Amino acid sequence: METLEPLLAEHPFSRTLQARHLQVLVGCASNVRFEAGAFLFREGQAADRFYLIREGKVAIEIAAPTATLTMLTVEGGEVLGWSWLFPPYRWKFDARAIEPTRAIALDAQCLRAKCEADHDLGYDLLKQFALMVEQRLHATRLQLLNAYDVNA
Amino acid sequence: MTSTPEPAAAGVASATAPRPFRVIRVRHDTGDTTTLTFEAVGGGRLPPFAAGQFNMVYVFGVGEVPMSITGDSARPDVVVHTARGVGPVSSAIARLKRGDLVGLRGPFGRGWPVDEAAGGDLVMIAGGLGLAPLRPVLYQVLANRAAFGRVSLLYGAKTPDVLLYRKELERWRSDGTVRVDISVDQAAAGWTGRVGVAASLIPRLAIDPARTVAMICGPEVMMRFTVRELERSGLAQTAIYLSMERNMKCAVGFCGHCQLGPHFICRDGPVFRADRLMTALAVREL
Repeated sequence: METLEPLLAEHPFSRTLQARHLQVLVGCASNVRFEAGAFLFREGQAADRFYLIREGKVAIEIAAPTATLTMLTVEGGEVLGWSWLFPPYRWKFDARAIEPTRAIALDAQCLRAKCEADHDLGYDLLKQFALMVEQRLHATRLQLLNAYDVNA
Repeated sequence: MTSTPEPAAAGVASATAPRPFRVIRVRHDTGDTTTLTFEAVGGGRLPPFAAGQFNMVYVFGVGEVPMSITGDSARPDVVVHTARGVGPVSSAIARLKRGDLVGLRGPFGRGWPVDEAAGGDLVMIAGGLGLAPLRPVLYQVLANRAAFGRVSLLYGAKTPDVLLYRKELERWRSDGTVRVDISVDQAAAGWTGRVGVAASLIPRLAIDPARTVAMICGPEVMMRFTVRELERSGLAQTAIYLSMERNMKCAVGFCGHCQLGPHFICRDGPVFRADRLMTALAVREL
């Protein structure tokens, strides 16, 4: 029976993970797809998964009283979701596929338990997520700069 | 006896005297941005320009500002500028109507090293109105597409409604001759393109540092961070070019208004190789 290991291994998220930790991830992984317009998760719901996007595009949205705003799009090769790592494990925003999207879903409860049991695995994963958070924070600061304003 | 330096450019009439031009076409790109096509009053040949050069545009009774030339260098019969209304002069330019007269002098400065990029890959990265000075490069590249390897345009803007030249972008993207990636900082839910900073698109290009030249135009903050991101992809500053904007007055290196460290932006630029500029860009007071 084919496993998800080859798909996981080729995703950029996995490239710097130790091989034995990749094996652990396979045990918590499932293959998923979403049609355009489908929500991957909604604000306030339990953050019980995160996603390695393989193909397609997902918008991270926030619903304001007058409009829904897209803050970021996540595409093939990128990671969606880190609320599963931090209590209270609830999504802060909506995530909606804006193109047909294929992804690998990682079960959060499964992974959290394995990370607690194996701190090396937890550290390896946290390093990946810390790098992603640092990059997203940097990008968000640039967005907040309003750098394209001609007076900026 | 002191001698007067030669003007840096033999311009539309001369380096310092504007020549009258008439607006023959107006296209409103966005709510505050207009692309205007001018022809010389009385006709006659116009001086050739290089992609990346600029003219000084004089609105009679209002004032004069530098504006990048945004048309096709293969069309010497007209001059094209794209104006966003920011101050009194640029707002007056953005409001010009067909038949209105302005004074033009130029072209001035050093342009993009398009010939140097030929034979290899070319990456253009534009932020906001910074796409305007790069458009002549695209025209030149497309007219001689076989001379270049992979050609990419990364374009970032604040919101989808301020994107410039949308029809052309769509045409370049759809015919496959140029990779066009657009990213905006904010969007309403109907936008199906990318949202995020344009520099985050750079790793997706899989740049070959040995055969790539990059050209960047946009706000200085955006250009600084973009240079760093290109360096993370292995590109040396000697292969990266920036187009600078400063308060230009004379445009020929006399007055010093546009001086940045040892450089006169009007005469030595506006296009600079990044290694010659990054140190000065990091100094707050300059």
